Amino acid sequence: MSTVIGVVQFPGSNCEADVVEAASGLGADARLLWHGDATISPGVDAVVVPGGFAHGDYLRPGAIARFSPVISAVSDFARGGGPVVGICNGFQVLTEAGLLPGALRKNDGLRFLCTTVEVEVVATRSALTSTTSAGEVLRLPINHFEGAFTCDDATLEELGANDQIVLRYVDNPNGSIDDIAGICNEEGNVVGLMPHPERATSELLGSSDGIGLLRSLIDSASVPSR
Amino acid sequence: MVFDVLVEVSPRQGIADPQGQTIERSLPALGFGEVSGVRVGKAIRFQVSSESEAVARAEVTDMCARFLTNPVIEDSAVSLTPRP
Repeated sequence: MSTVIGVVQFPGSNCEADVVEAASGLGADARLLWHGDATISPGVDAVVVPGGFAHGDYLRPGAIARFSPVISAVSDFARGGGPVVGICNGFQVLTEAGLLPGALRKNDGLRFLCTTVEVEVVATRSALTSTTSAGEVLRLPINHFEGAFTCDDATLEELGANDQIVLRYVDNPNGSIDDIAGICNEEGNVVGLMPHPERATSELLGSSDGIGLLRSLIDSASVPSR
Repeated sequence: MVFDVLVEVSPRQGIADPQGQTIERSLPALGFGEVSGVRVGKAIRFQVSSESEAVARAEVTDMCARFLTNPVIEDSAVSLTPRP
């Protein structure tokens, strides 16, 4: 049986189909999870919160989305050890929901960034990097306005000490603290990142470096740790 | 009692405010060269009904902490005005 990846769909999500397409291409059974559903079906092995503008980014990115019934279910799923990955707006939603520390603020220079950047893998114990190597450099697209990760000094110290920094920009495009592009929770099963691995799954798209990350997620989801 | 509430949300001190910085750099072009410390935030206005100003303030402060602001990156200032 193939691994089931649930991809959350909010009003305003716009990358959910890309994630489904990318995960399906890697052999997973990817399906959408509706934001209004308060439960996640038992067959789902991993959850992706995709990019976009959930609930129009009203108030702040992620501020309204975290009230969606599905986010309570995602929180329970994460607490049970299930792999959860938030990409771009999904990362913002996971910080607002308290599943990841810190916050995403407006980019330095007030620039909407739509380009391809290099990121370096730091922690390999996360659900998204388990099949990659530390120091590996990946070329991934970014597409955001409020993508500069920030947190207080104590949190930054903890992130470093607990090996929770998953990805760092090689050449920081947005002013994020400590060049952070992605982090995970202490357990490593919840990951948030600003770059879009689902848009880097074919050389036709300019890079296939996202495959290793998605492959890691599918592998993590297959391990019956719950 | 009914209170008019104004919540002013602004970037926390120490958090970069690129909107404020951009406005500050632009003002000298119009001859306003003496401006400094520009911060850009947002204002949220509503009414709240409560038994006392203290209770209303506590409620609004709780709203700020849990929803209206993200305390990691934003501060809030709350003003309450009793309606006649």
